[in-house]
Amino acid sequence: MSIHSPDADWFKAPTGHERLWIGLAVGWCVVLSLMMPYWHFKGRQNSSGESYRTTPDQFKARVERFSEANAPGTKGNFEEGINSEVPAPPGDIYLIAKQYFWYPILKLRAGETYRLHMSSADFQHGFSLQPMNMNFQVIPGYDHVLTLTPTAPGIYPIVCNEFCGVGHHTMVGKIIVE
Amino acid sequence: MNASNPNPPLWKRICDTTGLPVCRDAEFFIKLNAVCAVVFLLVGGLAAIALALTRWQAVHLLPVEWFYRTLTLHGLNMLIFWILFFEVAILYFACTTLLNARLFSRKVAWASFGMMLVGSLMVDGIILVGQADVMMTSYLPLLAHPLFYLGIILVAVGTLTGVFNFFATLWQAKKQRTYEGSVSLVVFGATAAAIIAVVTLLHGAVVMIPTFLHSLGLIAQPDPAWYRLIWWGLGHQSQQVNVCAMVSCWYLIGSITTGAKPLNETVCRGAFVLYILFINIASAHHLLVDPGVGSSWKIWNTSYAMYLAVLASMIHGFTVPASIEVAMRAKGYTKGLFGWLTNAPWRNPAFAGSFLSMCIFGFIGGITGVTLGTQQINIIAHNTLRITGHFHSTVVGGTSLAFMALTYYVVPLLFRKDFVFRPLARIQPYLFAGGIVLVSLGMSFAGSLGVARRSWDIEATGSVHGPSAHLFLAVLGLGGIVAFAALLLFILLTVGTLLFGESNVGRPMADWGTPKTLSTATGHGHGAAAPALAPGAEPAHDTRGTLVLALVFLACFAVYYFANWKALADVWPVR
Repeated sequence: MSIHSPDADWFKAPTGHERLWIGLAVGWCVVLSLMMPYWHFKGRQNSSGESYRTTPDQFKARVERFSEANAPGTKGNFEEGINSEVPAPPGDIYLIAKQYFWYPILKLRAGETYRLHMSSADFQHGFSLQPMNMNFQVIPGYDHVLTLTPTAPGIYPIVCNEFCGVGHHTMVGKIIVE
Repeated sequence: MNASNPNPPLWKRICDTTGLPVCRDAEFFIKLNAVCAVVFLLVGGLAAIALALTRWQAVHLLPVEWFYRTLTLHGLNMLIFWILFFEVAILYFACTTLLNARLFSRKVAWASFGMMLVGSLMVDGIILVGQADVMMTSYLPLLAHPLFYLGIILVAVGTLTGVFNFFATLWQAKKQRTYEGSVSLVVFGATAAAIIAVVTLLHGAVVMIPTFLHSLGLIAQPDPAWYRLIWWGLGHQSQQVNVCAMVSCWYLIGSITTGAKPLNETVCRGAFVLYILFINIASAHHLLVDPGVGSSWKIWNTSYAMYLAVLASMIHGFTVPASIEVAMRAKGYTKGLFGWLTNAPWRNPAFAGSFLSMCIFGFIGGITGVTLGTQQINIIAHNTLRITGHFHSTVVGGTSLAFMALTYYVVPLLFRKDFVFRPLARIQPYLFAGGIVLVSLGMSFAGSLGVARRSWDIEATGSVHGPSAHLFLAVLGLGGIVAFAALLLFILLTVGTLLFGESNVGRPMADWGTPKTLSTATGHGHGAAAPALAPGAEPAHDTRGTLVLALVFLACFAVYYFANWKALADVWPVR
């Protein structure tokens, strides 16, 4: 019994069905292990974690510059809590999270590839793009870069899915794809 | 063995049911820790029903501040306090009764218990006065009152102290030769749990002490990404402690209720060793879509030497039912593939709870866990309700249910009272399992539609997730009601028994029902080697039924896994 000491010669190789099952389980674990490197090279959805050190102040300034360059007159909107629509050319684009909004509202074009820089001005936030349900972590001090390609026009809400305070559930932004 | 001695020394008594020696000191602390565990289970359960009825949007019970406060309370009481107190009880049981040994020290046990209790009360108190609305994970830069961190540190140190008492007892038993040969499998599993607990709790110290000092304003804020990495070294690995303890419970209950014994000790023990060796960086499963760590780090630490910890669970998932199958066939239940299963003691709540725990843990918890923890698939799961759906089927449907199942023997054997309302006890595991399956599926499907975990209201964001999200949140709510009713029933049964149960001192406990050996039994079970076999050869075990179940499991796993890759392939290209 499992609650008694085993026989002295307990060290034995498995036999029969047990050995068969262990073989199958090992085989399945090899499949599980190989799928990730395979997808890394052949798949189109990966989380490479490309990121750079930043600070909330540096990143805020970078977002303001980006927003002013592509939508003149929007400088200072972020600090005042006013959101702005910013049409962005392919390349580097910026999104900052702050209790309780995402700034700015990015206007992208389907089929183009963007380098989306994300960071936080205060707490940790969760970037959850709906309805595809694509989720990435946003951490203050880290400039998290996603290289992404919108595939179809539409309005895509960004829900915050990392608890960031009592207004967390109201924190929703959007990306417009044309 | 001393178990047959009619006049055992004063420090122990002989169990009237099992004939096993029971160390009186250990018995006292097992009872103390178990009672505390159940009290924290009640606190966590009250929080759970309030949360389930809030996320069910049609009810939406709690106001916003209290939702997040209750969520913090729920996580800590369920995942930390209930489980740690119960695990300390299991460790004390394993190192004394099963080794015929005496508990190393009462003082150490008191110190452990005192720290854990004070720490837990400190944490609950500070949460309830609204000074720690930071969730269980308390991700920096969110900051709680210093007492919150101090409480968690006390609980961790207290648990470590209890684990020390366990190891010291093992050492003392070995030195005094209280047992012969190797320790039993259940002790081995408990030791694996204790080793992982030490590693886990050290991670806790590394992350919580600086955070505590920061909350006092003594040092600068630790890096939030570093915090996540180390905190999950505590948060995830502690779940491996639960897995080890739960698997030990499966073996223990299989053994008590059907007389099962491991088919192959090497395989079962080897699988426990895999847990110890290959779970260390499971922290990575929580950082798969994080900045700061790259692809190769994520992929390596996800699969970590070829998923050998997953392999361990797949092995236990086979060997536990297989050992029950062999024991049942030896008793004569040999009809067809599943005659052993249909004749199993399903009216015995410990057996039913343990078997249901195994099914829920494997089919729902295990499959979803590996899939969601796959590096790229995590993109369509991270921080959604899919994650909570996963761990409610591992920790609640798996571990908590297994611990409840064990309680149906702990109370009669250690508190020496027979259960009151026995017919209700027989249905309790089914009710709880049913409720938790609904909770888990409701969460998982809502999460697949993008519903975030830890969110008070999905309406505030507009109709982002569509009407079916509401349907699944309602399933979560209804499941929550059923599971909470079963939890209350469990507490009423145990407390009722402690207060009003009939004493069974001097006689065996009232039997929950164990399968009788049929007159047709051939005895070709385990241990009865057929004489025709060559010397040293093992008899071939008939485990066809378990093999079929295992193949069904593997098929479900493959379908779910590849369906998720397909779902991932449909979202925007990203890297």
